[in-house]
Amino acid sequence: MTENRMMVRVQIMGESFEVPEGSTIIMAMEYAGYQLKRGIGCREGFCGACATVYREKNDYKIKGGLACQTVVTDGMVIAQIPFVPAEKPVYDINELTPDINTIKAIFPTVFRCVACNTCTKACPQDIEVMDYIQALKRGNIERAADLSFDCIRCGLCALRCPAEIVQYNAAILAQRLYGKYLSKKNPQLDKRVKEIEDGKYSEEINELMDMDREKLTETYYSREIKIS
Amino acid sequence: MYPEYMMESIKKVEETRPGRLEKSKKYGKEVFPHMTDKERGEVLSKFHPDYKEGARKEVRVGPNKGEILTTEISDLLESYSRINPKDFNLDKIDYETDVLVIGAGSAGMASALVAAKNGSNVLIVTKLRLGDSNSMMAEGGIQAADQRDDSPTMHYLDVIGGGHFDNKPELVQALVSDGPESIKWLEELGVIFDKNPDGSMLVKSGGGTSRNRMHSCRDYTGAGICRVLRDEVYNLPDKIKYIEYSPVVELILDDNGQAVGAVIYHLETKQYSIIKAKSIIMSTGGFGRLHIRGFETTNHYGATADGIILGYRVGAKLLFMDSVQYHPTGAVYPEQIVGFLCTEKIRALGAQPVNADGELFVYSMEPRDVEASAFIRECTARKNGITTPSGLCGIWLDSPLIDQIDGQGTIDKNLPGMVRQFGRFDIDIRKYPMLVYPTLHYQNGGIEINDKCETNIPGLYVAGETSGGVHGRNRLMGNSQLDLIVFGRRAGLNASKRANNGVKIGKLSIEHIYDYEKEVADLDINRKKIAPILLPDYIPDHVKQKQITAEYFGTLI
Repeated sequence: MTENRMMVRVQIMGESFEVPEGSTIIMAMEYAGYQLKRGIGCREGFCGACATVYREKNDYKIKGGLACQTVVTDGMVIAQIPFVPAEKPVYDINELTPDINTIKAIFPTVFRCVACNTCTKACPQDIEVMDYIQALKRGNIERAADLSFDCIRCGLCALRCPAEIVQYNAAILAQRLYGKYLSKKNPQLDKRVKEIEDGKYSEEINELMDMDREKLTETYYSREIKIS
Repeated sequence: MYPEYMMESIKKVEETRPGRLEKSKKYGKEVFPHMTDKERGEVLSKFHPDYKEGARKEVRVGPNKGEILTTEISDLLESYSRINPKDFNLDKIDYETDVLVIGAGSAGMASALVAAKNGSNVLIVTKLRLGDSNSMMAEGGIQAADQRDDSPTMHYLDVIGGGHFDNKPELVQALVSDGPESIKWLEELGVIFDKNPDGSMLVKSGGGTSRNRMHSCRDYTGAGICRVLRDEVYNLPDKIKYIEYSPVVELILDDNGQAVGAVIYHLETKQYSIIKAKSIIMSTGGFGRLHIRGFETTNHYGATADGIILGYRVGAKLLFMDSVQYHPTGAVYPEQIVGFLCTEKIRALGAQPVNADGELFVYSMEPRDVEASAFIRECTARKNGITTPSGLCGIWLDSPLIDQIDGQGTIDKNLPGMVRQFGRFDIDIRKYPMLVYPTLHYQNGGIEINDKCETNIPGLYVAGETSGGVHGRNRLMGNSQLDLIVFGRRAGLNASKRANNGVKIGKLSIEHIYDYEKEVADLDINRKKIAPILLPDYIPDHVKQKQITAEYFGTLI
């Protein structure tokens, strides 16, 4: 942050600070003097640790976002969400069936969805959250897994949901059911695992392991490259 | 959006695009010749940051004393403990477990699941939350030789060539041989891999690979795996306990020199607790937040080399800690995302790196260190880069080419994370190229392990980025995700076996801290360092000067 940068004024949990224009909320908090422990994680939008709520100047709406991905604006009022105390049901994935009965048993709240779309509006990943909850209501696990795939579990959907649904936990269940039971499998993977178990490649690899550096270098640079 | 002067350069990129597209259709990915062994050596020695003056220096304490390591690591190893042994009563144990897992990325959680399955009680302790890790941030893919035209043997050759033949052969053998089985294990847990309509794996190539063997979960591969492992940990509350916001600050040895426990520190309540364990798995990840050579990083906030410090202090030997991976494609514009990862999958899908004039200057899929060095050469010696308004330099990664090669929608389908990341700052990577420059990405070396993840300290196992030997001095794309699973599982199994076999634990001690600190004190260093630093510190100096009584993590005492 250079001295001659334009500054904006923001409120961090009610306290007023001047921070460089263009800062993300995380950068602004650090500039103000916070060494963060909660509400911070990967800093790149992949972990969901930094869910934040904020309000902009002359606006009454409280918006949600990721602190590492949201740029501050002059007059912004910011609060971090340190933790989301949402329920996480415990289940044995091996005992489940990939259908509506599992959803009914583990996430009965899903069926309370009133299709208000608040969750979708709250999602910083722009995921169609309501649509995947509706898909789950219909037992369409594949669609729910697909729509929710980019979810990073920041928790903003669940915090805003008037029906008390924990969307992101239902999403991971849908994803696991799809990955384990419904995604099309290919016998080639099992075949290769078996081949390795049977020692098909052991000799070849041992040969490479025993090679001196010169021979190994030569073998490497002369290997056939087949990529598409 | 890009400023006007950058758009001028983008126009040139657009002008050369049809020609490059034609080439890529004609020659596949080989639109520019591969480097020879000699050319690789030359570009590395002249431009790789590891070879720059001051990049390495001798470490003067501990098990690797006298060796030349990465400067920031040598400095950090020559440090004092956060604690004084006299303040601790090790007879009073707060938690007792069979297997203690330190760090909760994919390696740690995979090891916990396997150890639990093998009948051990597991305790995971982690500095931030479960899953808060570099694992979660990985984008591009996970390698495994499961395709018909591929074999673990070819994978072996790619790994060891990419690592410049320094890798420990037994570790490479383990990595490639467990690859397909690891994919199967993940799929059975419910990880969703990208597939073709017939159910076969959708695989791409990566830098330095001779076959298409990069499996992916869109461009959220790390998250696609890590979130499933975490969900499974949550589902086993009776077998796996976990404590969050509690980094380990020292390991505990017994009087036979075995690793038998750890001292944890709660970041918020500031309490220390003592853990006793029959075996310990160190999986704390890497060191990007040390900002080696002043580089920006792709790494998680918590990536501060803790495991290296903790292991080294109890006598664990390090391997290849003189080598740092800079990912060729870190964002340099816009400023809010400088250093962020632009996955190698972008190049795997056909995007080409070009300079300010829109000209190709390197084959797009060289091993990472070679590719990164070529980018640095283009920006420095050849002065063909593009300078950003804040003074950084980069080259173009021509992403729009992807949709032209494989059809509209390919980018949306395969790179939703990237489209989102740049889209948040008004850059549409489907229409405009991305400005990139190497960014600090991966700790190639670490604590030396064997193929059982054992170290020279009995009872101490290491898995994932904290370990050293698997990748030599340069890791290839997708082999880290594989490493986490392969060695996470091996560590879990072997640590659990040791615990199940009944370990005889002697008297607990942290007296080793005194011995280590004596070595450090003898160096007569002006500024005392304490480590592990736990968290980086980004508070500006003018603020800090007013925080007179503040306690910082990561600062000097």
